[in-house]
Amino acid sequence: MKSITKREAWAGYLFASPWLLGFLVFMSYPLIASIYFSLCDYSVLKSPVWVGIDNYKMLMHDELFRTTLANTFLYAAIALPAGMATAIILAMLLNAKVKGMALYRTFFFIPSLVPQVSLAILWRWVLDGEHGVLNPVLAKIGIHGPNWLNDPLWAKPSLVLMAMWGVGNAMLIYLAGLQDVPTQLIEASELDGANGWQKTKHVTLPMISPVILFNGIMGIIGSLQVFTVPYIMFPGGAPVHSTYFYTEYLYDNAFRYHKMGYASAMGWIMFIVILVLTMLSLRMSEKHVHYQGS
Amino acid sequence: MKSQQQAVTVQKVLVQVALVVLSIAFLFPFAWLVLTALKPLNETMSMPIRWLPSKFMWGNFKDAAIYGHESLGYYPFLVYAVNTVIVCILIVAGTVASNSVVAYAFARLRWPGRDLAFGITLATMMVPFPVLMVPTFALFRHLDWIGTYRPLWVPAWFGSAFSIFLLRQFFRTIPFELTEAAKIDGASEWRIFRTIVLPLSKAALAVVALFSFMGAWNDFLGPLIYLLDQKTFTLSLGLQFYQSQNGGTSWNLLMAASSMVIAPVIILFFFTQRLFIQGIAITGLKG
Repeated sequence: MKSITKREAWAGYLFASPWLLGFLVFMSYPLIASIYFSLCDYSVLKSPVWVGIDNYKMLMHDELFRTTLANTFLYAAIALPAGMATAIILAMLLNAKVKGMALYRTFFFIPSLVPQVSLAILWRWVLDGEHGVLNPVLAKIGIHGPNWLNDPLWAKPSLVLMAMWGVGNAMLIYLAGLQDVPTQLIEASELDGANGWQKTKHVTLPMISPVILFNGIMGIIGSLQVFTVPYIMFPGGAPVHSTYFYTEYLYDNAFRYHKMGYASAMGWIMFIVILVLTMLSLRMSEKHVHYQGS
Repeated sequence: MKSQQQAVTVQKVLVQVALVVLSIAFLFPFAWLVLTALKPLNETMSMPIRWLPSKFMWGNFKDAAIYGHESLGYYPFLVYAVNTVIVCILIVAGTVASNSVVAYAFARLRWPGRDLAFGITLATMMVPFPVLMVPTFALFRHLDWIGTYRPLWVPAWFGSAFSIFLLRQFFRTIPFELTEAAKIDGASEWRIFRTIVLPLSKAALAVVALFSFMGAWNDFLGPLIYLLDQKTFTLSLGLQFYQSQNGGTSWNLLMAASSMVIAPVIILFFFTQRLFIQGIAITGLKG
């Protein structure tokens, strides 16, 4: 290896400079400033006033903080596995080498392609208690549909339903992973007499386990930040705060009540939760994830 | 062997059936969107439910596009569409320009601290936006940019971890012999970048442009935080605003407007499918 010439190093810094600057201004500064703001009483209109850990103390006694945190965890705990299972099953079906794969792939991908605002409005209309179309369809096959939007018990499941419908990105990543599984491995297991389920469990899933881990972590980060769809579908977290999620409460604190310090404290708690969960997933997956080659 | 072949055939049929049923489930809400958009208002609410419109109201699309109502406080969707296109162009241009340059530094130049910087860059993808939201807002407020498009597009000109990563992966696949030869001939890095690396990376640049366009077109939280005046709203925000002012009444116009927001992305996807799928696959597999 040649040593780095001065000229090349300068060129490197010069080419990287937009990002080095962007990283300082739009990433490091906000990250550090939000720690400081989280220790202040800050309304944006006036300069921040130092209050120590008061915001964090107040959060511990804030019932809405607990409600929105619990809602978010509950939602993620259902939506994440449901979405992952949907995405893997869709990808496996698409990988089955039947005719029309490109067309089906497009159909399944469309919901994750279009703006979430329009999706939320569309589902509001589909699930509407009076004029919605889903319950009449369910009635045709003998199912009495619930009051999706107004029953606190069913509001979260309707969001999970939407999440399962919008797994296109993860599905495509799984599909690419499945197409990378060497056919010799599958054939070898067939020769050993493995049936469909055994092939899936002992060959396919271990081979795509790095992809599962990647999608799982992305899923954790994404579902804990859920915002746009519930914000539009369930204004104010209705019914009775059952769809009031963490990011929405954070947004309300920051931009509706102008409690920017409080909101920053909430942001940091979220960040730490995400970090811890990511570390845990990485740690727990060590035994189960199989890396090909390297 | 014969029974095994039969089993394979049965399996193929089952898969095909499952795919058809699932396709219907995935497309049904969109069919309902279009059907609603084509109905006269009273038929959207009729009981029992009316499946098909008695006559197809194509005029609903025109009404939704140009119908403004200042006393109710909303503007024609055409205004929102123009705003969105302006923001999208600025964001896509910035994303492609800045990230290609930065990715070149990470992929093909050696400078002290590069690998550490790249590791940190990847780590920033994990930082949730809500943490950055308040200080970023305060910063733009300090610059007096709230209510303008600048908070939405200026950051795009300073690179983003995801696009840097994607382009870097691609730039590294270009044989180094190609650029070494040019270097020996005394070409500057800028020249090598412009005349060798960029022309060979059109596909990757297109993927980055496509993703950033989609992100900008679909963004809701950004416009929600930074835009104040309805005249300046983007489509996503305008749609939400229209719905909150008018929701539960003219569902047909709302669905017509919605389908006009959705249609461009679907059409774009149809023409760029291959690029798109490659791009997404790269993010997952090489991650």
